[in-house]
Amino acid sequence: MTKTLISGNKAIAQAAFDAGCDCYFSYPITPQTAIGEYLSEIMPKAGRGYVCAESEIASINMVIGAAATGAKAMTSSSSCAISLMQEGLAYAVGDELPLVLISVMRAGPGLGYIYPSQCDYDQAVTGGGNGDYRILVLAPSTVQECVDLTHKAFYLSQKYRNPVIVLSDGLLGQMMEPAEFVKYPYPEIDNSNWALTGAKGRTPRKIRSLEINEEKHNQNIQHLFDKYAQMEKAEVLYEEHNVEDADIILVAFGTMGRNIKAAMNLGRKYGIKIGTFRPVTLFPFPNKRLSELADRTKKFIVAEMNMGQMIKDVQIAINGKAQVKHIGRPAGAWLDETEILDEAKIMLGEEYAASV
Amino acid sequence: MQQVFKIPDCIKKDAKFTFCPGCDHGVALRLLGDAIDECGVREDTIAALCVGCSVFLYDFYDIDCLECPHGRATAEATGIKRARPDKFVFTYQGDGDFAAIGFAESIYTATRGEKVTSICINNTTYGMTGGQMGPTTLLGQVTTTTPYGRSAELNGYPMKIAEHIALCDGTAFSARVSLDSVPNIIKAKQAIKKACEVQIQGLGFSFVEILSSCPTNWKMTPQEAHKHVKEKMIPIFPLGVFKDVTKG
Repeated sequence: MTKTLISGNKAIAQAAFDAGCDCYFSYPITPQTAIGEYLSEIMPKAGRGYVCAESEIASINMVIGAAATGAKAMTSSSSCAISLMQEGLAYAVGDELPLVLISVMRAGPGLGYIYPSQCDYDQAVTGGGNGDYRILVLAPSTVQECVDLTHKAFYLSQKYRNPVIVLSDGLLGQMMEPAEFVKYPYPEIDNSNWALTGAKGRTPRKIRSLEINEEKHNQNIQHLFDKYAQMEKAEVLYEEHNVEDADIILVAFGTMGRNIKAAMNLGRKYGIKIGTFRPVTLFPFPNKRLSELADRTKKFIVAEMNMGQMIKDVQIAINGKAQVKHIGRPAGAWLDETEILDEAKIMLGEEYAASV
Repeated sequence: MQQVFKIPDCIKKDAKFTFCPGCDHGVALRLLGDAIDECGVREDTIAALCVGCSVFLYDFYDIDCLECPHGRATAEATGIKRARPDKFVFTYQGDGDFAAIGFAESIYTATRGEKVTSICINNTTYGMTGGQMGPTTLLGQVTTTTPYGRSAELNGYPMKIAEHIALCDGTAFSARVSLDSVPNIIKAKQAIKKACEVQIQGLGFSFVEILSSCPTNWKMTPQEAHKHVKEKMIPIFPLGVFKDVTKG
């Protein structure tokens, strides 16, 4: 199979098209605009839905409208603009509608800047919309994974009738790497029993989140959480290296997942027993595996391009069984392998460093 | 025997409207139901609903319905229509939903010329939350948030929705009608039907603003409320067709 040299943003756009995305609606914002530009070229030509919307409030609601008819629908945006979509995301969850949101993080808060950042882990994973809900969050760390996880996002969104976020960042979005565009084994999900298509020859359908009966309301929320329990059972993904004998495990997601690997390789050269652990699904989070690792390894460093967001989930998973330290920088120049390795050495202590 | 009265197929036979006595929503929904029936599109219809007194439309209408966040019905209608261009798509919104919180979505849906129909009930107040000042509240009108009457200095002016929509190049039809009297109800029906036909013909966005009474929040009897529509609202919100691309 031939590889294409392509940016993360364009790779996501092509993957969405290949995955059968019927409708794409978005509003421009750096550093993800290339997704919309790419799709504006190919979607209308293929007779698929494309609107450059007047706002992110409009674009997420257009996506909801399309999704309600059973179409595969997607939008993409970044940070401060995804703040505008939180209402829509909460509605999509309540309506049980499948949709895909590509989030390409930039620095915040507020307008922040277009520097790459991972400061919207919390925004994606715990969300800013109202109500008890979860969104599946997939975090690629390579351009190839941008392709793979975009395909997976469409499948999972349909499978669970829930929004899925692909959480990228400005660095991954604009970086070019070789990637393969192949066929994926995901089956088509039948939505003919719920999609709004006009009530021809059947009882009319209503898609709604409003429920005024208290008992029924509680049942509806429980139904959502039954789905989340199913996701936690079936969909957890992570990548780990050299954890079997590790004295310290570096944990990171997305772009920073690359740097912890580099730090591990560098440290191993010096005889420092470093392992790495990279959650690929941020919800559902790989709690169980991290907890198992903490039975053996007692030192963890969480490296993020933020001031400490995923670390909270790592701490919950490890539940006091090991020491957990955060290192991070919220915007722009990320921590490189030597900085991460230095922090690992400090955590392991002088005696350890002298012994290797 | 000739049948002279029939509940539209659009309306469920066991529907129990949840509107207050004397409210014009019931009349508006009947007219819209008749128009959809006459156009023969009931089974191809998808509605995008608003947050407000008509939120329960899906309990009254025998059609597929999507409940939308407050103000976002036209954006969701856009998504529906782009995904399913063969369907008949309408929104049914209040003045607050369409012209306050959702005005950006509304005006751009018109500007893009989305082939959908929007019906906007203008009763100059937020009915469901108990009668606060809305975008169309008349100057001097007492509401729960304008206890001394709406003043232009403090609150600005009532919005002329149908005229705004008519200014958009993508709009194919924009009209304002009233339900205060039988002749006006007949004209309202014609406008609603026309708006539906314009969508089916694929001419662009179609819009009908309906002046409606809200006796509960206006603290009036139904008769007083209709008199109020005639004497206080129509002079500020003139009735008529502001744009019709089928008429050169």
